[in-house]
Amino acid sequence: MASNNDPFEFREFEEEGNLLDTNRDATTITIEDEDVKRQTKAAGFDPDADDEYPARSDDREELLSGQKKSPPFWTFEYYQKFFDIETHHVKERILGSLLPWPRKNFIQFYLRKNPDLYGPFWICTTLVFAVFISGNISNFMNGKYKPEFRKVTIAATMIFSYAWFVPLALWGFLLWRNNKILNLVSYSFMEIVCVYGYSLSVYIPAVVLCIVPLEWLKWLTMVAAFGLSGSVLVMTFWPALREDHPKVAMATVSAIVLLDVLLAVVCKHAAAVGSACCSSHSRPAQGERFLFMKAARGKSGSSVALLERIGFLRW
Amino acid sequence: MAAEEEASRPFAGLSDVSISEDIPVEGDISVPVGPSRTDEEFSTLDEPVKETVLRDLRAVGNKFIHVLYPRRSSALLRDWDLWGPLLLCVTLALLLQDGTADSDLEGGPQFAEVFVIVWFGSIIITLNSKLLGGTLSFFQSLCVLGYCILPLTVAMVVCRVVLLGASGTVSFVVRLVVVTASFGWSTFASTAFLSDSQPANRRALVVYPVFLFYFVIGWMVLTFSPLKREP
Repeated sequence: MASNNDPFEFREFEEEGNLLDTNRDATTITIEDEDVKRQTKAAGFDPDADDEYPARSDDREELLSGQKKSPPFWTFEYYQKFFDIETHHVKERILGSLLPWPRKNFIQFYLRKNPDLYGPFWICTTLVFAVFISGNISNFMNGKYKPEFRKVTIAATMIFSYAWFVPLALWGFLLWRNNKILNLVSYSFMEIVCVYGYSLSVYIPAVVLCIVPLEWLKWLTMVAAFGLSGSVLVMTFWPALREDHPKVAMATVSAIVLLDVLLAVVCKHAAAVGSACCSSHSRPAQGERFLFMKAARGKSGSSVALLERIGFLRW
Repeated sequence: MAAEEEASRPFAGLSDVSISEDIPVEGDISVPVGPSRTDEEFSTLDEPVKETVLRDLRAVGNKFIHVLYPRRSSALLRDWDLWGPLLLCVTLALLLQDGTADSDLEGGPQFAEVFVIVWFGSIIITLNSKLLGGTLSFFQSLCVLGYCILPLTVAMVVCRVVLLGASGTVSFVVRLVVVTASFGWSTFASTAFLSDSQPANRRALVVYPVFLFYFVIGWMVLTFSPLKREP
């Protein structure tokens, strides 16, 4: 077989015909596609293989081009691909947002090109109900036995708009900057929604801890929660902003941080409505004016209650 | 023998279908039985209205029993209906009403709020389980979630009765125990029906929203307090 004397010279593979010449009983397998097609055609299949098996040729084209046809956004299947996760994925992502690590960028490490909508949605919903319930409990502990149901709609609006509109704005902003400055790191809208959603998970235990009527504890937990969620967000978005003009980068980072602070303050006040100062974000309802009249006539008794009613009305 | 086998082979698949005794064969078009069926369907026009209403009520009552003693039966799933959930939701919302003249205070949830929470919540949980790849149909899932509110409605009735009698710490503890037990019962009953339709690695993802849903309803039941308790 070797016609050269040099043992290190690369030898071409023999044609199958030559091999068969040396050993007629050897079985040869040809891996080329054309041979397979020829063999299947010879076995009696329809010569127009593409027409008979359009799916096969479609699959081959799709695999070769490296893309899958994604279903249009008005179908159910489009949204199903955002729920392609398992229980342990969700657990890992929540833990990753509770304990941020400088080297582990949330999007690159935990999401890995598989953003989900399950986490952000259910964490937002849980946070809304946690705020509602801890607000009720701190109401009870301060002596007001009526559960204030209106607050849940207001808390829900603010939390959901933080978790969905701020990512939208940020994504648009990053897209605009990417046009001006070539950036190695770019995040899709779903990934940004995912980061924001999971970063809210640290507020759930913080809001539950706000039930305890110690003011310093409430501030401490809120600052800790803001610190953790803020650091997750900043560490995620810094690589995307690093290449940019320093002033723009700084402005964006401080905007992210500021909105987070705002959310922390809103959560704390909504969860701790028992405190005497600004405890209501809703417009003064008819009932509260009615209460004020009752208080003015002295029916509710103490002056503290009167001051509280005035405090309500100021807002 | 061969001829018998030939005759029985087309019907071989039907031998796997077993109808258990506790499911009454009544008024259900989807279960094909035989030629006597069509006679009954024609005659439902002539039957008294009481008969028609009672048939549906019996079906609803039967499903209530399946919720109260959750076993692995598929009666809830196979003949789903939304009468039971509607009945339960309306009862719960009426019981949660404060209903007095002073109620322009920010108070407990109003009728519409309870309705929205129950139905909207059920729809969202159903969508969630379908997106995660569940095999139950939309209305089957709504049916199960609605029927499993029954323990919480019973707890609401008990709470109202307790509040009529006593108020204070003792009644709170009693109410807490009753509501916790019925919340656990509801969650357990609905997961017994729903969890079979999900693959094992996503079961917790489907069960958690159901847990949250019944927790919120249980919370509304627990924190219900009639207005005359104003301090």
